[in-house]
Amino acid sequence: MARVVVDVMLKPEILDPQGQAVQGALARLGVSGVTSVRQGKRFEIDFDGAADEATVQEIASTLLANTVIEDFAVHIEDAG
Amino acid sequence: MTARIGVVTFPGSLDDRDAQRAVRVSGAEPVALWHGDADLHGVDAVVLPGGFSYGDYLRCGAIARFAPVMQNVIDAAGDGLPVLGICNGFQILCESHLLPGALIRNDVRRFVCRDQWLRIENTDTAWTTQYATGQEILVPLKNGEGGYVADESTLDRLEGEGRVVARYLHDNPNGSYRDIAGISNERGNVVGLMPHPEHAVETLTGPTTDGLGFFASILHGLVSA
Repeated sequence: MARVVVDVMLKPEILDPQGQAVQGALARLGVSGVTSVRQGKRFEIDFDGAADEATVQEIASTLLANTVIEDFAVHIEDAG
Repeated sequence: MTARIGVVTFPGSLDDRDAQRAVRVSGAEPVALWHGDADLHGVDAVVLPGGFSYGDYLRCGAIARFAPVMQNVIDAAGDGLPVLGICNGFQILCESHLLPGALIRNDVRRFVCRDQWLRIENTDTAWTTQYATGQEILVPLKNGEGGYVADESTLDRLEGEGRVVARYLHDNPNGSYRDIAGISNERGNVVGLMPHPEHAVETLTGPTTDGLGFFASILHGLVSA
């Protein structure tokens, strides 16, 4: 089986209020020196056979990420 | 026979009943459509109502976009069927690529619920013919992810082609680029709107009856067609 990991992040130019809220909480936690927090999503998808790269790209670009506002990166972790 | 306007209910839709009521108050016949429906029951127009379809999981509207009924809505919209997406419905239309851009979390980091002044910018769409260009209307607004975003060239194209249907007046509630509250597709049959005209059709429950024009426009268009 294969595990595929897809990381999805808002594009750099898109405002991330959740990241800003986390950054604000860090300050209240007493953590200093944080200049930016951006929040994203991680998907772990297990296939019963080998993962097909084209299929994964299709899944990521049509469902997991909205490419109008998000970028994604695909990693195939285990092809065994 | 009057116009039959379908209102889709997804799991998590909230405003489907109010949308049906608005259709009825405007003089048309509401037709309840279910997310799993394989056809549109011959309706003359479709409203995608507000709410939290599929719990807003993944992204607002991202799962609803793949509901069985949506393939029919997408195909019919391509053939010119009038489609109005309100709030979550607007998000679904963007996720379906029937409208450009996307809606992101409010810049104010809060859910905003209030009555909101809008200016109707385009009265040529299927849903806005009963307004006057530049007319100012007051309808409820309630969203957590209502910030309209698109790249600069898309925004310029929307403005240049007159596809900004409504704009926020006085105070932008959610960080939408260029104060955009609603847009249309090129043909003008598909409109997405973040505020809620269906909640402003009777003075007993709404701030005004300013929202009626969206539904009356469809009725007028179908009757005169």
